[in-house]
Amino acid sequence: MIEAVGLTKRYGAKTAVDQLSFQVRPGHVTGFLGPNGSGKSTTMRMILGLDRPTSGSVTINGLPFRQLPNAQRHVGALLDAKAVHGGRRARRHLLSLAQLSGIPEKRVDEVLAVVGLQDVSRQRTKGFSLGMGQRLGIAAALLGDPQVLLFDEPVNGLDPEGILWVRTLMRRLAAEGRTVFVSSHLMSEMALTADHLIVIGRGRLLADMGTQEFIAHNSAGFARVRAADNDHAGRDALGEALTKAGGRVLQEPEGTLRVTGLDLPRISDLAHEAGVRLWELSPHRASLEEAYMRMTQADVEYTSTEDPRAELWEPEPLTVPAWEDGLQAPEVPRGAFFAPPPPGAGGQPFLMPSNPGELAGTDRTTTEDTREETR
Amino acid sequence: MTGPTNTAGTADRPKSYSSPLETPRPHLGHAVASEWTKMISVRSTVWTLGSLVLLVVGIGVLAVAETRATDFQEVPLTAPALFGLLVGQISVMVLGVLTISSEYGTGMIRTTFTAAPDRARVLTAKYLVFAGVAFAAVAGSVAVVGLASAILRGGAGAGAHGGGEWARALAGCVYVTLLGVLALAVGAMLRHSAGAIAVMLGLVTLPPVVGGMLSMWETLAPLGSVILRYNAPVAVMGLFGLPNADTGNAPGNALQLLLILVVTGAAVAGSYAVVGRRDV
Repeated sequence: MIEAVGLTKRYGAKTAVDQLSFQVRPGHVTGFLGPNGSGKSTTMRMILGLDRPTSGSVTINGLPFRQLPNAQRHVGALLDAKAVHGGRRARRHLLSLAQLSGIPEKRVDEVLAVVGLQDVSRQRTKGFSLGMGQRLGIAAALLGDPQVLLFDEPVNGLDPEGILWVRTLMRRLAAEGRTVFVSSHLMSEMALTADHLIVIGRGRLLADMGTQEFIAHNSAGFARVRAADNDHAGRDALGEALTKAGGRVLQEPEGTLRVTGLDLPRISDLAHEAGVRLWELSPHRASLEEAYMRMTQADVEYTSTEDPRAELWEPEPLTVPAWEDGLQAPEVPRGAFFAPPPPGAGGQPFLMPSNPGELAGTDRTTTEDTREETR
Repeated sequence: MTGPTNTAGTADRPKSYSSPLETPRPHLGHAVASEWTKMISVRSTVWTLGSLVLLVVGIGVLAVAETRATDFQEVPLTAPALFGLLVGQISVMVLGVLTISSEYGTGMIRTTFTAAPDRARVLTAKYLVFAGVAFAAVAGSVAVVGLASAILRGGAGAGAHGGGEWARALAGCVYVTLLGVLALAVGAMLRHSAGAIAVMLGLVTLPPVVGGMLSMWETLAPLGSVILRYNAPVAVMGLFGLPNADTGNAPGNALQLLLILVVTGAAVAGSYAVVGRRDV
């Protein structure tokens, strides 16, 4: 059990970690996500007593790390796989760490076998590949057979087989009742490994919830509908029918429609009634990656002027289709209050969008503007 | 499998893991064993200590070969070891710096302090292991040279030689070891191999130059003469019974030893304070 209360770290004027409070519970793999420079590593170092918090505190099983009676037997950590003396042989490296806490020498051979490095245990670590380095770091973390494990980017540089191995290992360690706290940039990996997520941005806590819950909260699921390409009239008719039925319809650049607020069978029924042939009707569930992007877009520390994340986004619909223009919103009674039309929006009534993506999608120039502001 | 955290999920899992390994309270002995493993498992130890032994024994035995028994009427039998040691002390200092700065350089220090958050325990073990290894290497090679000259040139022609000169040579070995300990302390504070080695090289090579330079100005001459008399090479030469003729009334050996003890003690105390407090 790791418990942080009001954890804060300042370097001069810059606040790396700001009033962070969270708990990491045993029996689960807890993922630790955040953009580069968001304070993940600083937080990990503070948990391990390597850095001193400016204020606040963090405890492991109720004690600050540096007061644990035998730290290595309670907490194992992989911070940086390259943090070894390259001239030392792998087994000697682990032996020197084991001796620090009086861990028997046979445990060194055990962990070497667990991570699969027994054949290279007498080689100097300088010649190790990144993946072998990660395995050696994991071996060091496992030396004390600890209850609490921290891994900073454990799958960096591993091949697919290695990644699978790490995933299985983490889940097994958690299933044994240990506390497993893992940071990673690989979202797809986190989605498979972590039961629980702690997300930070600019040193602040953004989310602390279950993985599935996080995806559900931070993404907009929608249906993609593609009418037959040679039937423009049909597409317009379908759009109108869907809008009338209470769906929200946006047109994507390739001519497909993005529908929210209607389930797939209903869309299919409406298309059938309108006599429109469909070439595609697909559910779109957001990935963890997308949910994460949506959540952290305002908290990214370093952004390129040419935003490379753009390609990770679903393409934004270019236009609100024509049939929405003339449409009277049926649920709003005539004469009711409308927000004053925003400048440059063609005098349309301003309908509060249900998510920011829709607002950004009203036209291309607005998209650019909103991106600028959120940066 | 990747279900959200809920109470149903936690209920069937064990509350927390307990390991079959025994949990002794770590003590200094564990840390000394660990530092010993670290010391003997890198090649820089072999290189630095090897060059030390080679310099002291090699130059010392050559020097003995060039002497006659009558040369030792005025000087101690251990004096030939001095020439190699004046160069070899650099190896001792380099090893002292590397003992800690290589951990900072590679990031290993974070692994070490994660495994043993009691940093004073680790640092003490480093001082003990380094001091032991360095003293053994220095004293061992000086003893070889001293014995060589005693056996080859220690006849009646060399005059009387008491145990006092052996004790002084041993004190000289302690002095060089303390220089190495000082180097370790400087390395711990600077955390950078090249920087710390440069500081230590400056400390043993610059005093004659700086002292000589200051002596050119009348107002600074007293300071210059103090620097010329109180510095590492002069102290080692004094302890090995070859006082530097240039400096005139050289201070006593005890005073020189006291001086290095105070300086090293201060640096060691500083290293404990800094390492214990600093983020790594």
